[in-house]
Amino acid sequence: MNALLVPLATEPGNRTLTISLFTAVVAVTLYITWWASRQNKTAADYYAGGRSFSGAQNGLAISGDYMSAASFLGISGSIALYGYDGFLYSIGFLVAWLVALLLVAELLRNSGRFTMADQLAFRMKQRPVRTAAATSTIVVSIFYLLAQMVGAGSLVGLLLGVKSDGVKAAVIVLVGALMIVYVTIGGMKGTTWVQIVKAVLLMAGTVLITFLVLVKFHFNLSDLLGTAAEKSGKGEAFLQPGLLYGKDLTGQIDFLSLGLALVLGTAGLPHILIRFYTVPDSRSARRSVQWAIGLIGAFYLMTLALGFGAAALLDTGKGSAVEVSKGNVASPLLAESVGGGADSTGGAILLALIAAVAFATILAVVAGLTLTSASSFAHDLYANVIAKQKPTEQQELRVARFAAIGIGAVSIALAIPAQKLNIAFLVALAFAVAASANLPALLYNLFWKRFNTAGATWSIYGGLISAVVLVIFSPVVSGNGDKSMITGADFQWFPLSNPGIVSIPLGFLFGVLGTYLGKDRTSEARYNELSVRAMTGAGAEGPAKH
Amino acid sequence: MDEKVVHERDARAYEAVHDAADFKELKRRYRNFVVPWTIAFMAWYLAYVACNNWARDFMSHKIGGSHINVALVFGLGQFVSTFFIAALYGRFANRKLDPLAHGLNAKYKRERRR
Repeated sequence: MNALLVPLATEPGNRTLTISLFTAVVAVTLYITWWASRQNKTAADYYAGGRSFSGAQNGLAISGDYMSAASFLGISGSIALYGYDGFLYSIGFLVAWLVALLLVAELLRNSGRFTMADQLAFRMKQRPVRTAAATSTIVVSIFYLLAQMVGAGSLVGLLLGVKSDGVKAAVIVLVGALMIVYVTIGGMKGTTWVQIVKAVLLMAGTVLITFLVLVKFHFNLSDLLGTAAEKSGKGEAFLQPGLLYGKDLTGQIDFLSLGLALVLGTAGLPHILIRFYTVPDSRSARRSVQWAIGLIGAFYLMTLALGFGAAALLDTGKGSAVEVSKGNVASPLLAESVGGGADSTGGAILLALIAAVAFATILAVVAGLTLTSASSFAHDLYANVIAKQKPTEQQELRVARFAAIGIGAVSIALAIPAQKLNIAFLVALAFAVAASANLPALLYNLFWKRFNTAGATWSIYGGLISAVVLVIFSPVVSGNGDKSMITGADFQWFPLSNPGIVSIPLGFLFGVLGTYLGKDRTSEARYNELSVRAMTGAGAEGPAKH
Repeated sequence: MDEKVVHERDARAYEAVHDAADFKELKRRYRNFVVPWTIAFMAWYLAYVACNNWARDFMSHKIGGSHINVALVFGLGQFVSTFFIAALYGRFANRKLDPLAHGLNAKYKRERRR
């Protein structure tokens, strides 16, 4: 059966090409990191890139942070296998940006400094609120990070055509070491530029492959869809809802639950939130979300061409490379095919190119996540909770760097044994936690005067715990045979794999309960100040001056 | 000046801005844009999710003899509406919110100097 497994880049010449391009990506990103490190002086430089990125640059960086390998290879692969249903994830991912644009980005930019917790701590008691916000920041980021790192191991193995677990573990260690270097040395400035480079590479690669696919079908979308439907062996059903989601009523509610988590989660993802601090004012925060919407939307539209193109041009039947890899190699193989086929130079070059883009994608996303958790640890937990007296800026930054090393080491240590587990659900869980724990607290704090410290901690812990507990007792973890994470055990009682539909309302409800049961009204005193600051930018942190 | 004095001075400036008629107008404009549009795009998105679940015959309806069906057009419609609302909000904020916000920000700076 191993002979059937993904014969990608097995030609020695092709593998050399792929490895050289990987090395080039690593060299460019390390150079950027070294360059950025020479400009990092203050805390605002390290945490927020000196707040001096333009709206367009930050928009590119946001796209680079957001479009993970899971969405680059996963969504097109999912379309290649399941047709129309594979496309549904990306719609939730995109519409979610309107929540960020209308309700969160500008107000957060004006009222916070470095982390998500800053904005809550503005009018609440520092210690409990920062502890809660840092906990959920670190939990969400580690879930997301773990999914990316385990994905990186198998992905790079796949792209290089190696199957041994030793090589995958080595890749995880390498990716982990690189992200530690980016974050400890380059800080936010280095990480942002890595994300910008990645976004440009990703967009360029995707535009190229999309163009080559469309040329093959003379720019006739209907023709592309028809061929894909026919080749998939599923006929018109391939273009209709129902192949992947919502087979019965439980499945339909599960799909609704997923949709809610996707659309409400983005504006609560800590690694996205801190990107709004890297621009000089609220107007550039707005511009950066508009850029991100344009870029991310264009990208997801192109994944339609990639996915249906793969279904039309490649073998996606049982036992094929695309099917065995759960769709992950659909885009690279499609690149090879439109480049001229498996034995052509054009095919080899395009395959290596897309593999390198996927690699750059992984690096950029893991760096952003590590920076987010390290910042939150140093700025929220260390400086305001653990340290007996207020540390100096330099002490705090040293802690942030050590935290990045620690978080990197922990995620390497967790990712290696997790290689065999099916952890794809972790990304959906990260969105569910972000929507259930972070979004209620952020929105209440901005728009509800009465909201207080107890309300903030209740909504964060309540949303976090309900999302995680519901997943533990869901079919994702046990009781669903081979599809569960733990096979051979059954302690499942919650029928849905996505907790959002229950945990998001619970997060909002806990916020109200905590507020009224907590009784404390001192947080109302600074509400007017917060609201003036958020709406007008009066007294907001300005860009760093060098 | 010690920290407490600075803080009291800032707090007075914030209160002065908060009581200004322009600030109430700014909040009113922001709310009147954001609330209806948020309800609209959430309802439009949830309608799409619900149709994928419970209106599959409608979604599978082909358009004009091509392979393009209602589901795909509805999905692309989500892209169009997202681009449209993002552009509309940007235009609205540039024209109707930013001038008021800038004026209030200047007022805050003046008040702090008093």
